[in-house]
Amino acid sequence: MGNEYHLKTPLSAEDIEPLRSGDRVTISGIIYTARDAAHRKIMELIEAGKELPIPIEGQVIYYVGPSPAPPGRVIGAAGPTTSYRMDPFAPKLLELGLKGMIGKGKRSKEVIEAMVRHKGVYMAAIGGAGALMARAIKAARVVAYEELGPEAIRELRVEGLPAIVVNDTLGNDLYVEGQEKYRML
Amino acid sequence: MREISTQTIVDAVKDASIRANLELGDDVVQALESALGYEESNVGKDILKKLLENAEIAREERIPMCQDTGVAVLFVELGQEVSVKGGGLRQALEEGIRQGYEEGFLRKSVCHPFTRKNTGDNTPIIVHLDLVSGDKLKIWVVPKGGGSENMSRLFMLPPSAGWDGIKEKIVQTVAEAGPNPCPPTIIGVGIGGNFEKSAILAKKSLLRVLGTPNPDPELAEMEQELLEEINKTGVGPQGLGGRMTSLAVHILMMPCHIASLPLAVNIQCHASRHLEIVL
Ligand code: SF4
Repeated sequence: MGNEYHLKTPLSAEDIEPLRSGDRVTISGIIYTARDAAHRKIMELIEAGKELPIPIEGQVIYYVGPSPAPPGRVIGAAGPTTSYRMDPFAPKLLELGLKGMIGKGKRSKEVIEAMVRHKGVYMAAIGGAGALMARAIKAARVVAYEELGPEAIRELRVEGLPAIVVNDTLGNDLYVEGQEKYRML
Repeated sequence: MREISTQTIVDAVKDASIRANLELGDDVVQALESALGYEESNVGKDILKKLLENAEIAREERIPMCQDTGVAVLFVELGQEVSVKGGGLRQALEEGIRQGYEEGFLRKSVCHPFTRKNTGDNTPIIVHLDLVSGDKLKIWVVPKGGGSENMSRLFMLPPSAGWDGIKEKIVQTVAEAGPNPCPPTIIGVGIGGNFEKSAILAKKSLLRVLGTPNPDPELAEMEQELLEEINKTGVGPQGLGGRMTSLAVHILMMPCHIASLPLAVNIQCHASRHLEIVL
């Protein structure tokens, strides 16, 4: 099995270059949530040259649409959503300095290439482990697009959020290599 | 006639929709535990352990095991000697879901197909109603998430495709789905009927308690053979490589038209939420 790393956000290229597909990481610090609707809005702002609601450089975006927070909790269940819907937007964000993406499922060739070019990583959170992930989230607040409900952009303060490195800065892909290793057909 | 009030139905469905989302069934927990014994990949083992831990946290801390609390699917068997009093059965089922999703802090995940505007209360629901003999009302509350439903497929095969053709399509469907339906999955298979019936059979097969054998010995054998093939794909937990791609295969079959061989594959994620109410 790979190595284990603890990452503290914001991240630099030096933080993520040692990471290899198959490594396990825990993440602490501030991260941001966004799904397709929020990505579309951010892209519009980028194209119009306007100010963005969140910083991008050195940051980590978690693809998640949490369930509502019950009273006394900061957030409801918060497992990852399928990442390919964000593929059209990810290369531009990586170019602007985004360092990490957390989601589930494969990324496109374009995104994988952009991670190599701009030094970024894609990490898988365990799909369906919404309660477990919520436990690592210590604070949450909506910072933009409240009207999108679960799809609004939230700033999360996380402690020890678990994830597995899928695509590293060398272009490796655990979805391909991991499956090949165990294929018997 | 035995009377059941709509209020009884509303309350029962509300309670079941919340519990289904917070409490992973014992059958699924046991299947995950036994999968842990078979898994060879270390990443895979770690994932299975975390899924068991997730189920425990959800149950104890009373939050959904998965944030995608899904579209509410209800299988209903209405005994012919039951008379529903105080309003419509469908309205009562829908009201139960509406209240459950609101009061249980479940995510409302139903929207207009084009504008994508959320309907706001997780309705409409999807009801499969069967009229049966007797004086009982049986309801299975089966919330279904988008990730695994999106990876489900339906094939109208030529009859000559036979068992080999069916097997190939099922294994291919699971392999192509890869990580998207959150493996380890449970594969619901509907064979025969017609276009829509095969899909309903596939989904209905998932109501069977995990670990219980198919009552038809021939189908039981086919399920075993399919499971072994699927677990050779290497997809593994979360699609990151490993042995345990699926926990089980369930098949329901019925006769079909002489010119057809319908096949539906309904993929169910590990967050297999199904709760049975008998009123
Ligand atoms: S596929 Fe199932 S476990 Fe995965 S996110 Fe969707 S509902 Fe949750």
